[in-house]
Amino acid sequence: MFLEQLINGVTLGSIYAIVALGYTLVFGVLDIINMAHGEIFMFGAFVGLLVVSKAGAPLPVAFLGAVVVTAAMGLLLERLALRPLRGRPGASHLASLISTIGVSILLENLAHKLFGAGNHLFETPFAEISFKVGPVTVYLVQVVILFISLLLMGGLALWLSRSRAGKALRATAENLETAGLLGVDTNRMITATVVIASAMGGVAGVLVGMAFNYINNQIGLSMGLKGLAIIIFGGMGSVYGAMAGGLILGLSETFVVAYGSSGYRDAIAFVAIILILLVRPQGLFGQAPAEARR
Amino acid sequence: MKRYARLIAVVACALFAFVFMGAEKAGKAAKPKGEPIRAKIGVISIITGAGASYGEAITNGFKLALGEVNAKGDVHIDLKIEDSTGKAEQALSAAQKLINSEQVVAILGPTLSTEMKVVGPEANASGVPIMGTSNTAQGITQIGKFVFRNSMPETQAIPASIGKAVKKYNLKKVALLYGNDDVFTKSGFDTMKEVSEKLKLKILTIEEFQKGQADYKAQLTKIASLKPDAVFCSALYNEGGVILAQARKMGLKVPFVGGNGFNSPKVIEIAKGAAEGLIVATPWFGDRNDPKVKAFVAKYEKAYGKKPDQFAAQAYDAFHIMANALKAAGTADRAKLRDALAATKDFQGVLGKFSFDAERDVVMAPNVLIVKGGKFTIFN
Repeated sequence: MFLEQLINGVTLGSIYAIVALGYTLVFGVLDIINMAHGEIFMFGAFVGLLVVSKAGAPLPVAFLGAVVVTAAMGLLLERLALRPLRGRPGASHLASLISTIGVSILLENLAHKLFGAGNHLFETPFAEISFKVGPVTVYLVQVVILFISLLLMGGLALWLSRSRAGKALRATAENLETAGLLGVDTNRMITATVVIASAMGGVAGVLVGMAFNYINNQIGLSMGLKGLAIIIFGGMGSVYGAMAGGLILGLSETFVVAYGSSGYRDAIAFVAIILILLVRPQGLFGQAPAEARR
Repeated sequence: MKRYARLIAVVACALFAFVFMGAEKAGKAAKPKGEPIRAKIGVISIITGAGASYGEAITNGFKLALGEVNAKGDVHIDLKIEDSTGKAEQALSAAQKLINSEQVVAILGPTLSTEMKVVGPEANASGVPIMGTSNTAQGITQIGKFVFRNSMPETQAIPASIGKAVKKYNLKKVALLYGNDDVFTKSGFDTMKEVSEKLKLKILTIEEFQKGQADYKAQLTKIASLKPDAVFCSALYNEGGVILAQARKMGLKVPFVGGNGFNSPKVIEIAKGAAEGLIVATPWFGDRNDPKVKAFVAKYEKAYGKKPDQFAAQAYDAFHIMANALKAAGTADRAKLRDALAATKDFQGVLGKFSFDAERDVVMAPNVLIVKGGKFTIFN
């Protein structure tokens, strides 16, 4: 049972991590928490579902569709809910937080109208492919989820630290005005960040659909809250923190059920987070003073 | 300005009095002249939020019955639908609004037992008859003499399904799984545990989950490793369908016995082939060979484009029971309506023959069903 539970935990943790990566990317650059991320993720899942089960298209098309739609949603989010508030004299940090909450409520109810309430079965032949490793059945989906989450984490870390665009992004994160004076098109960088984060949410949505077999218009909320807890736990704005935090939360939730009591699943996982934060208030991979981030 | 305001107030008062006089007269004069008894009935249901799919079925059931009742002409009912969003405090404020400002003669709902535990005492204290159409937890009608329900409690349904399953499959050791954050699923679990102990079944493990949880693999892996003969699962269909899908996928193929909340075509819709072998006891069986049931299913399907589930059927019957009681009471009076409701006996609805017992609870025989070939069939 241990190995099966380990696989369950890693799968769950990888999904948490991908959701958290989207949060952490936007937070790292914009210093705002994008509360609509969970709902964008949910839309990605629904687009994937429609493409696969309704249109009968192959899985890569589902990913493509989800990425295109969520990227477009990210673009709209940035244009309509974030940019109008940015750099306004007197606009507080919280203004954009509230506007993204508004977007999240709008999207949740829009999904209710468009797709209906309740669970929708997410069926793909791909999700049925499994192989045996000794006594343990492993689904290919589980391997793919882990692989994609590692790939996204590695790709992001590399892109941020090595590429020119990544450098510009970090400069923007460091100081918006200075980066602008030095010739970085900060508006474009920010838009790109939100779009990339949203597209990652879309990928995560399709993965969740495949892993859990079903989606509904509420998963954005529950997954979003977990993602939020993870970035605080892993360290705000840290790519590795999101990954490690996601895996730790996923594994601890699974093992609490496996060897403890399933009624305390969330309680124990979050108590663990609180304990770690007491020792390291900046989070696992966060850097101590806020100014010196990265 | 001030004088005008006063004048308007006086006129409004006079108008109000007139309207009321009219209502009184209409009520009294109803029988000889064949004028319908006019009444305003409140509905508290989940229109938005996590449980909106239940509220949708329930209000659809009410509306279908409303059309029939008003067309018949004995009574004319005006429905006031309020959203509880599945939260007890929201349900309470909706009830207060219906009781005090809308002045409804009776309330149908709320959807969840959790909500009824809060709303029931309020309606009872105000002397407003309230009938739950989907509350199946223990101790609902014991709240007070104005509280009714037509939804069969788990304490009646579960022993029937477990009893039959134990006999048929010769079950010895079982695993229990339930949602621990809902009065409904918790009380279903309590009954399952009680019945299992009474039948001397060995309980291998008791696992819990929360509403809206996405991943049940950790619990299911643990259950599968203990190799039970069957799983008794107390869940609503939304979670239940997913649990079945994930259980079958990981190779847990034993029979599942569900509570009342599992009985919905939606379980099959959500879980597809994974729903095979699910056993439930239920007051509602949509494929029963009964002209009344067939007519209801056809009408519902035509109006809403899908088959009615248990929640829709219970709501539909509840509305007819209410309308009948209103007709028997002869007037839209809260206390008289209560007495007429309590006297309901052998009402022939789509659920079967229905009566209230001395505690205003359900007297009805459940059907035990099993999912076979993609639909519910009678389990023998």
